[in-house]
Amino acid sequence: MIDRRRFLALGGLSAAALIAEACDSRGPKGAMKVLRWAERRNESVERFLFRHTSMNHAAANRLVGNRMPSYYISHGPPVWDEAVRGRWALEVSGAVRTPLRLTLEDLAKLPRVTQRIDHFCVEGWTASTQFTGVRVSTLARLAGIKPDAGYVDFQSFDSGYHESWDLESATHPQTLVAFMREGRFLSSWYGAPARVHSPVKLGYKNTKYLTKVVFMPQRNGGYWSDKGYEWYGGT
Amino acid sequence: MPHPEKRHHWIVRATHWVNAVALTLMVASGLRIFNAYPAFARKGESFCCWPWEGTAAPAWLTFGGWLSGARNWHFAMMWVLAVNGAVYLAFVWLHGEWRDLAPRRGDVRDAWEMMKFYLFVRRTHPHQGKHNALQKGVYFALPWLGVLAVLTGMAIWKPVQLAPLTALFGGYVWARYWHFVVMLTLVLLGAGHVFMVFAVDPQSLGSMVTGDYDESRSPEALNARPFLRGRPKPVLAIATAPPASAPVPADRAAAAVRPAGPREAPPPPDRPSAPPPSAEAVAVDAAATDAGAVRDSDEVVITASTAVAPGEAAGGAGETDEEEVGR
Repeated sequence: MIDRRRFLALGGLSAAALIAEACDSRGPKGAMKVLRWAERRNESVERFLFRHTSMNHAAANRLVGNRMPSYYISHGPPVWDEAVRGRWALEVSGAVRTPLRLTLEDLAKLPRVTQRIDHFCVEGWTASTQFTGVRVSTLARLAGIKPDAGYVDFQSFDSGYHESWDLESATHPQTLVAFMREGRFLSSWYGAPARVHSPVKLGYKNTKYLTKVVFMPQRNGGYWSDKGYEWYGGT
Repeated sequence: MPHPEKRHHWIVRATHWVNAVALTLMVASGLRIFNAYPAFARKGESFCCWPWEGTAAPAWLTFGGWLSGARNWHFAMMWVLAVNGAVYLAFVWLHGEWRDLAPRRGDVRDAWEMMKFYLFVRRTHPHQGKHNALQKGVYFALPWLGVLAVLTGMAIWKPVQLAPLTALFGGYVWARYWHFVVMLTLVLLGAGHVFMVFAVDPQSLGSMVTGDYDESRSPEALNARPFLRGRPKPVLAIATAPPASAPVPADRAAAAVRPAGPREAPPPPDRPSAPPPSAEAVAVDAAATDAGAVRDSDEVVITASTAVAPGEAAGGAGETDEEEVGR
């Protein structure tokens, strides 16, 4: 009886020590494989739940989203310098029949969508903002994607920031290549000249300072995805 | 002589400990996620119902190291928590254990009596079944809170794809708030549970490992309050003691001293021969001498009457008395 009790006490103490040691740590190294595996399983569940008909609508009475934080990975807000890089144009390429080069004027002439939606940040906050832009599905149709295009990589001029998406999420009706916010063209704080915006993915998947939309037969990771954040990052 | 009984089925024990680990990791990693934005308000708005907007949880309570690590743990461990919880609930339902937890008429009054006992307003431990009324309430609430934690968690995991669920909780901001509040409630009840295990019924810790439980050392038998454990309740001595008018042997008299309720059932007068003691008889006798129990529960009144009638109860008790109290 006492032996068992002592055994339990020692077991409890060592468990407590392990927990104390583990606090604010990333956990044991060996667990990482399991966590990666769990992430892939979660992706299957998320893809199973995904519907093009699931829409997000920020409540109409929400404040105008001028409090949306600015975010980029470069030292200052990235600015497209025409003197150095020439005129900005969005390249739609990869597994497509007709690659496109669209200037801001070209984009503005395409059928546009204006939507007030929630922006879900991975950190847990939300902001409601109105974006205007062209659906990625419209671009996909114009470029004529090939059947093996299962993924899309959204690339930027923000120090190599990019994130790749599954085609289903990219062609969701609320996934836009946005060039206006709250009725004005984007400022360099918010991803000018154009950015990806969608409520169906967490904020970090929405590449700003967009340069290329590349359709691909396989996924291409991403800036935060490669650092450990979920590649799928769906909402 | 102790009478170890199988108190917890192995499925209950296994799911209990899996849950303890999973819930701890979920809470700690959840707090790390929370610390990435330790507030509830939407950007540009304020939030009515959280006085500590912007206050992060202490780092030593968190797990995962950074936001991404914590999210990876949270989204892996959630399946362990949910599947383990489902196994437990299925077992409790199919095996009938839910009857020990389902609320009954009188539970509120019994819980009040327990509070009075713990606050020294009432002197004797109220009679109880497998759990006392306070425990029962907690063990009944925990699974429901678990279900709420899972549902609110799904609502903030998939606020677009499961938008109707998110709307049910009042939208993303509120769902996140409820997820946090449910977690806080779980933690408070869990902390109370762990405290009471060590302070009142340390035996139950081993019992949740081996399944064995000795009713003669239960909090009810020991009249135990936090950190205050009486000697084994000498109800059995009373049962076997001669009527008050007759002289009582010194050791018996000392053992028989216990707080006596005003409406205590009279001890059986005779002292019959002694068949082997049975745990049942002990329990029944305890019921017979507990005034509160006789008054409170029909079930106990029935057993109390049978306790007085056959000499078996008193006799069995007599032997136990020799062993427990005579030492």
